[in-house]
Amino acid sequence: MTLMKKFLGAAATLALSTGAVLADPAIIYDLGGKFDKSFNEAAFNGAERWKAETGGTYKELEMQSEAQREQALRRLAEGGANPVVMTGFAFGDVLGQVAPDFPDTKFAIIDVDWLDMPNVLQVAFTEHEGSYLVGMMAAMASESGTVGFIGGMDIPLIRKFACGYVQGAKAANPNVTVIQNMTGTTPAAWNDPVKGAELAKAQKSQGADVIYAAAGGTGIGVLQAAADEGILSIGVDSNQNHMHPGKVLTSMLKRVDNAVYEAFKAGPDLETGMVKVMDLASEGVGYALDEYNAPLVTDEMKAAVDAAAEQIKSGATKVHDYSTDSTCPVS
Amino acid sequence: MDYSTFLQILDSTFRLATPLLLACLAGLFSERSGIFDIGLEGKMLMAAMCTGAVAAISGSVWIGVLAGIGGAMIFALIHGLASITFRGNQLISGVALNFVASGITVLVAQALFRQGGRTPPLSGDARFNPIELPFAEALSSVPIIGPLYAEVISGHTALVYIAILAVPVSWWVLYRSRFGLRLRAVGENPASVDTAGISVVRLRYSAVIITGLLCGLAGAYMSAGLQAGFGREMTAGRGYIALAALIFAKWRPWGALYATFLFGFLQALALRPDVIERVLHFSIPTPALDALPYILTVIVLAGFVGRAIPPRAGGEPYVKER
Repeated sequence: MTLMKKFLGAAATLALSTGAVLADPAIIYDLGGKFDKSFNEAAFNGAERWKAETGGTYKELEMQSEAQREQALRRLAEGGANPVVMTGFAFGDVLGQVAPDFPDTKFAIIDVDWLDMPNVLQVAFTEHEGSYLVGMMAAMASESGTVGFIGGMDIPLIRKFACGYVQGAKAANPNVTVIQNMTGTTPAAWNDPVKGAELAKAQKSQGADVIYAAAGGTGIGVLQAAADEGILSIGVDSNQNHMHPGKVLTSMLKRVDNAVYEAFKAGPDLETGMVKVMDLASEGVGYALDEYNAPLVTDEMKAAVDAAAEQIKSGATKVHDYSTDSTCPVS
Repeated sequence: MDYSTFLQILDSTFRLATPLLLACLAGLFSERSGIFDIGLEGKMLMAAMCTGAVAAISGSVWIGVLAGIGGAMIFALIHGLASITFRGNQLISGVALNFVASGITVLVAQALFRQGGRTPPLSGDARFNPIELPFAEALSSVPIIGPLYAEVISGHTALVYIAILAVPVSWWVLYRSRFGLRLRAVGENPASVDTAGISVVRLRYSAVIITGLLCGLAGAYMSAGLQAGFGREMTAGRGYIALAALIFAKWRPWGALYATFLFGFLQALALRPDVIERVLHFSIPTPALDALPYILTVIVLAGFVGRAIPPRAGGEPYVKER
């Protein structure tokens, strides 16, 4: 009897899923790698959440070199994947060429807002708002009155993080000094933990006691050095609080996982042809609070940050977005 | 610039110069024997991964270092096999090994630990801990020399001191031992060494093995000394900077020490744009500072500062009889 049930169950599942098999969603991870403990890993977590909830399957591809982008995208689209989600601004140009060739396939791209195509959903995050909140926390947690920022590759997106962070820090303490460093100007800057660690030590010697790393794999070196040197660090994109419990003040969450999850959930019915802004109000960005950093975050800190978050959501506080005019009002 | 800032930059110089110094000495032995090796980067990467992986599994950093040396030596021997035994093109073999290392390190680390090509974070005895040299505490109150000793010289990990000791040892081996004389000769004129009844192949293999050993230490220092674990492509081009330093050093051990510390100092300075601005009263873009080692090397190669003459038989496989 039970065997019969199993068979029937299996047959039913099969019948139900045949339609879906043709349109498995797919995701492409950018060069940082699927398990970067940060940006791409957040995307992976979103896809896994969808898999666990729906029992569906998805295709995935990890970029190994710059040259693979177009090929990877075309292969997934030709294979019938729908929608195809990709992480990272670097896919922007390639998608612009590929998307018109597959009018029946839906594409979703994260961190891009300049494509205007009927079958592309663009997801942009308001990183400056999230960085503003962790900047406030950094300034409040700092005893020396000096906090640090370490970026990865020097691109406008990372300056957007930096600018939001400085604004937040100055809002919490107008006298705070913010030291800023970028790791480099080539993609290797995303993956140089040794240089990240040296930058963190250099910033510590200048008095910084809280350092925010928005630098992909380089950030792992920053967090490690901060933990070794006995100062605090702030993680980025994914929740990195667990990496050094009690040493990571918080993490600026960029809910790439939500973006991927929602795109997968919508499936072939994904609404495209627009820019979806994931901001503080839609919980696209935020700060991480869990058992690993709970002792570090005081009630006063939490109250101030939550109040600021409410003000940003309501529009009472405007955080300047570096990418709109390529300048930052504070430094 | 105040004294403590200067000391901090020097301290950073020691850490950044050490992997360059070890890799530079590694290249020195290989090139002095007539085997060009642009695969230093790959060997370092391999050693970094092996050290990270084995130290994480065994919990002992020294077992990890042994594994790192082993990993680098395997690559060194493959390079030797291709360029000594099979007389292949040394540059192509080196480039190929760099590519293989870049892929295989991530593959193995992923297969072992399933953490995306990373090895698990090391702690305690599984990584190098700083060594406080004797009297560091007592001397730190002595003006000028005290802080220099306590903050810059003392408090590094064991491999830093080993790297610095490797310089006089290399000098002695190359210039005062019979083996060194033969090694230098085989890089200049292998035929004459062969005529004297000494095996060119054996000499070159021993040079390549020493290269593997030193690259192993360089990689181990990166993943267990500077960092706590291996990450994808973590050497970030340091093998190439070491090659530039080797030219800058004119293929001499003491020169290697000065060159790598100069390059390390420039890298450390690039981390402190504020200091440069305060001293010079104008700012230099960081990429310009990062490029300076290469620019200096080109200047040396062009013959403005003495002459850099590579070993004469470098890059050419030795053919005994035609």
